[in-house]
Amino acid sequence: MLSIAGHRATGIGLVLGLLLLTWWLTAAAFGEPAYTTTMAFIGSWFGKFILFGFSFAFYFHLCTGVRHLFWDAGKGFEIPDTQRTNQIVIAAAVMLTLLTWLIV
Amino acid sequence: MVPKPDMLRSALGRVRGLGSAKEGTHHWWQQRLTAVALIPLSIWLIASIVSLSSAGYAGFASWFHNPIHATVMILFLLAVFHHAQLGLQVVIEDYVPNHAARTVCVVAAKFACIALAVSCVVSILVVAFKG
Repeated sequence: MLSIAGHRATGIGLVLGLLLLTWWLTAAAFGEPAYTTTMAFIGSWFGKFILFGFSFAFYFHLCTGVRHLFWDAGKGFEIPDTQRTNQIVIAAAVMLTLLTWLIV
Repeated sequence: MVPKPDMLRSALGRVRGLGSAKEGTHHWWQQRLTAVALIPLSIWLIASIVSLSSAGYAGFASWFHNPIHATVMILFLLAVFHHAQLGLQVVIEDYVPNHAARTVCVVAAKFACIALAVSCVVSILVVAFKG
């Protein structure tokens, strides 16, 4: 149950991430000064902090989303299965987030 | 014999397969199609963001001068905003009980997603075509 609510919560959170993405892309269209201003915000500690949050939300949503696709195929519906996949989803999301930030 | 719920439906209702939502599985199917498309597209976006994070404006511009990058980015944008408005609709329909408020929220979410999607696509095209 936790990760179904989590799938929805991260989905809403990622819509806010789309606002940031829109700001980034439209700034680029307006030219270099606007782009530099946007990147200064994104590159600040606060910008990196929210990007870190968005990256975790993205990977969590991705993992729970893939599980939804398995559920659609009728697989993994039993309670022990969902408890096990809950742990897999959280572990995978944490690892993918850390991996991404290690590359950066 | 236990009566099957399906027997309560008319033959025409079964053929149309639209159910109580009156649109069949269209919403559900669109959500899944965009979800599957977004698995590779969003991972590509993450990789792009990582490589562009320290590339500056010139790096950003030259990245999207490549027509393949511009195409994949626009595919991502179309899929993600379609996926977002479908998901927002489900959440709003589940948690906003008042019918009028619910309709206003759903319409606002859809309009906002379309406006953001067009802004993003235009921005990519502007950068892609700028000399």
